[in-house]
Order: sequence, then C-alpha cells, then structure tokens
Amino acid sequence: MTALARAEAAEAARRDGPPRRRRGVRPGRVILPVYSWLVIAYLVFPIAVMIVYSFNRVTRGLQQVSFAWNGFTLQWYRQWNAVPGLTSSFWLTIRLAIAATVVATVLGTLLALALVRYRPPRFRGKTLVEQVLFLNIAAPEIVMGASLLGLFVTINLARGFLTLLLSHVAFSIAYVAVTVRARMAGFDRSLEEAAADLGANAWVTFRKITLPLIMPGILAGALMAFALSVDDFVTSNFVSGSAVPFPVWVYGATRVGIPPQVFVFGSAIFMVGICCALASIVVSRRQP
Amino acid sequence: MEQPVRADHAGSLTLRPGRGATRARAARRPRIGKALAPYLLSLPAGLWLLVLFLVPLLVMLSLSLQTCNYGTGACVMTWHWGEFWQQVSLYHAQLLTSFYFAGAATIIDLVVSFPIAYWIAFHGGRRKNFFLLMLLVPFFVSFVIRTVVWEFILSDQGIILGGLKHAHLLPQSFHVLATGYAVVAGLAYNYLPFTALPLYVAIERIDRRVLDAAYDLYASRREAFTKVILPLTVPGLFAAFLLTFIPALGDYVNQQILGGTNDTMIGTVIQNAFLTYFDYAGGSALSAVLMAIALIGIFAYARLLGSRTIEEYL
Repeated sequence: MTALARAEAAEAARRDGPPRRRRGVRPGRVILPVYSWLVIAYLVFPIAVMIVYSFNRVTRGLQQVSFAWNGFTLQWYRQWNAVPGLTSSFWLTIRLAIAATVVATVLGTLLALALVRYRPPRFRGKTLVEQVLFLNIAAPEIVMGASLLGLFVTINLARGFLTLLLSHVAFSIAYVAVTVRARMAGFDRSLEEAAADLGANAWVTFRKITLPLIMPGILAGALMAFALSVDDFVTSNFVSGSAVPFPVWVYGATRVGIPPQVFVFGSAIFMVGICCALASIVVSRRQP
Repeated sequence: MEQPVRADHAGSLTLRPGRGATRARAARRPRIGKALAPYLLSLPAGLWLLVLFLVPLLVMLSLSLQTCNYGTGACVMTWHWGEFWQQVSLYHAQLLTSFYFAGAATIIDLVVSFPIAYWIAFHGGRRKNFFLLMLLVPFFVSFVIRTVVWEFILSDQGIILGGLKHAHLLPQSFHVLATGYAVVAGLAYNYLPFTALPLYVAIERIDRRVLDAAYDLYASRREAFTKVILPLTVPGLFAAFLLTFIPALGDYVNQQILGGTNDTMIGTVIQNAFLTYFDYAGGSALSAVLMAIALIGIFAYARLLGSRTIEEYL
C-alpha cells in the first residue's frame, strides 16, 4: 500500500468514524458561544444600566432617577450621604448582615460537623435534620416571612433589629450547613488522629487541625450567609417593623420615586461583591 | 459517603503499632461526652430551626383556624376550617395568575438557560468559573434594585421602547409595563440563575465516556443529545424547576413593581393581608395553601431523588 493510499484510507476512516473526532465542523462552535454571550449580555445589561444612570444628572423637579439622559455628573457620588433614611437603612443592613453571618456561620458549621461525622446509630434523627434543611431551602420565602410574622405577633415580640436577626439566621443556617458540609466531603480524618496520637486534646486538635482545614468551607458558607442577608427583601419586609433594612427602604421608595443615591449604593455593593468573587476565582486558580 | 472513610479509619487503627494505637483506642472508648457529640453539635442550629422555622409553620396553621378582630388584631381560636376554602375561592384568580406567571417564567428560564449551561459545562474550558460568575452576576445587585431597573428599562419612554417609538417602529400607545408580559420578564430575569446553576451541575456531571460510547455506537449528534444527555439531566431539570418555580410562585416584588392592577399574584394578596389589613387569619390560610402546593413539589422531589440531592444543585 502506498503512502497516498494509506492517507486516503485514513481520511475515509476519519470521515466514517465517530463524529467526536470531527471537532472542527460542529455547528455548536459558532451558535452556542454567540448565544451564550448574548445571555450573559442580557444578565449584565440591567446592571450596566444601573451603573450608567447613577451618573445621570437631574435637571428639574425632585431628585429622582429619570429615564432621560441629562448628562454626566458625579453629584450623587459626592452626595451619597444626602438621603438620611437611605444611609441609615444601609448601615442597618450591614450591621444586620454581619451579626446574622456570625451566628449562622457558627451554628451552621457545628451542624455540618455533626452531619459529616456521625451516622444514625450514633446520631439518631440525622435524616430528620437533613429533611428539615431541605424543607428550609425549598420552602417559598413568603411563607417563611409570613409565618415568622405570625409567630412574633402571637408571642407579642416587638418587630425590629432582634426579629430581623432571628429571621435572617433562620434562613441562613441551612445554606451554611450545606455549603460547609459539601466542602468537608474529602476531609481526611487521619490528620486528626495524628494530632491525637501526638498528645493533643480534643480542643487543641480542633483549633490547630480541623479548623484550618475546613476554613475555606466556612468562609464560603459565611459569604453565602452575608449575601443572603444583604439581599433579603421578602422576609425582612414582614418582620422589619420600625427598623428598615436597605432593600425594604428601596421598595418603599419605588412608590414615591427613587433618589439617584439608590443606584450609587447599588453600584457600590455590586463592585465590592464582584471584586470579592473575582479575587476568590484568582485565588482558587493559583492553588494546585 | 462517610462509610468508606470510617471503615478505612478503623483499619488504619488496628494496623498502627505500639503506644499510639492504645492511646487512640483509649480516646475512642465511649464516654458520655462522645456519645452526645452529634447531638451537642446539632443542638444550637436544631433549636434555632425548630423555634424559628418549624414552630412558625405550626403557628401559621393555627392562625388560619382562628378568628381575628381587625381593629385590635387579637385572635381567638375558633377551629374555623372553612377559612382555607373561603380564601381559595376568594382569591382563586390570583392563585391561577401566580401559576401562569411562575410557570411561564420557569419554562422560559429552562429553555434559555439549558444551552448556556450545556456550553459552559462542555466547552467552558479553563474559564468555567468566570462564566459561572457571569451567570450569578444578577445576585450581586439587590433583588429590589434589579426589578426597579427593569421597570426603568421597560418604561414607555425608556431605553428600549422610547427608542423604538422614536424610530416609529412601535405605535406611541404601545406599552409593556403594567402587563403580565413585564411581570413574566422580570420573574424570568430574576430567577434565571436558580435555573441555570442546577442545569450546569447536572450536565457537568455527565460522564464523557458515556457520550463517547454513544458516538462509538454510531449515534448521531441529535440521538446522543436526546437519548444520552437529556435523560441524564432529568434530575437537574427537576431541581431547576423546583428552585425556580416555587420562589417565583410566591414572588410579589416583580408583580408590584412591573405589573398592573388586574394581574395580582397571590404573594401580593398575602403581603397585603398581613401588612395592610392585619388579617392574620386570612393571610395565614393563604400562606398555608401556598406551602401545601410547594410541599407537593418538595415531596415529589424528595421521593424520586432523595432530599439530600438538592444540596448538589445549590
């Protein structure tokens, strides 16, 4: 067989062979990427609009966001503090998110430890706990908010920061527990055994071995809890009472007109969040 | 998942020579603290969830059976079982609207996000994390602000309609806001990540060798898709449906900001009952109905796929 014939036979075999070898002619190589980038553009578009309109001048009337483009200004960034109710609601949201994150992360991590390490003979009711977590994640948020309001009204607990904190922790625990547990799946118990063999007591083993190893998972859970708390509107709207968090304030403002500073806060939260996320991607890529 | 780890661990214990092993075994001797460890670890979170998740649901059920004085807000237990039926018959139109809107938004989300989830899972390459972040990008802006921006974009003289009207491509009277279309569009946008991520996880987990086997057996690309990929993503599709449809069903922010007055969703009714009319009994009964509807989906999911699998899709 000549070299040419061999090449032709190989070509024929390639043509008839499994399509996976014909990588170059997939229609998906053009259509799918274009489509995907269009979807990404659709997802980013409203955010771009928000950021652009946070620089929009207001020429007449009340200081509210308007649809018409009146020219570029940094006025709203300079006067970010000028709407008193907005600024205080923003700081309330930050305080609330920090408190809820700390509590939910501690409780959720402890629960995750129990779920990863123990099984029914030693941990009766584990299945029940898992089902409650599932229910908590899948339940409609409006039902959780409404039922919490029903509880607070029934036991006559005044609505405010405390009820917000109680509620935010209640919907964050399950997410933290699930996140930490997922990150602990490949946890190597022999390291703890080694520490115990070297004479470390349970507390020292936990602090020096377990905690550093599961720290990435705990941080991921904490970020999740923080994001959930900052963004929560539905539950907060039911249980906030006199203490008005940022999303509830903005919702209230939609009826009378939104001051441009709302877009400034929105852009700032977005930039901080996206920078954290990009940093975490870069860090995770550096790791071997 | 824990089973092999523990078995392996026990094996290594018996193999370990000398003093270390005895000490390790001594430490494992059952003590009261050790036996209680799982319960002590789960007690704080368990109590929190009991008091602030399960008990409120029971309180909600009990409130639905009470009769409340609108003036004082005081409620008395009257075992008024008819409340559920009264509320449902009073607000069946809003319940149906919620089903239509949430269903339409969920179907749109499934159709829109399947190709992109497929593309990221199979062709994302090294930039997978970046693309996933792009899917999550809406979550970095507050839910209410996102919806307000859509109101802004869809408004009659806004960025899109204003331009089209200016170019005489649309009649001046054309509007999207205050219609069901705007509500569905808002729902579809806001819940798209909830659909796309479970789909991505499901497609990503498909073993490429199964796909190669299909091609080796002369499956066409279409057959490989319909007979291999699609069936293997069914659990992910179900999870995506559940995680999108249930929150969309109870949503009222999109309806209130983008919708009109004749397409009120059930969430709006519940919110008004609690926060405007102080009708705790009626609001609780409607919430209980909504919860019951959600529970059907949740139970079906847990039955078919197990309650733990949802964790993989979060």
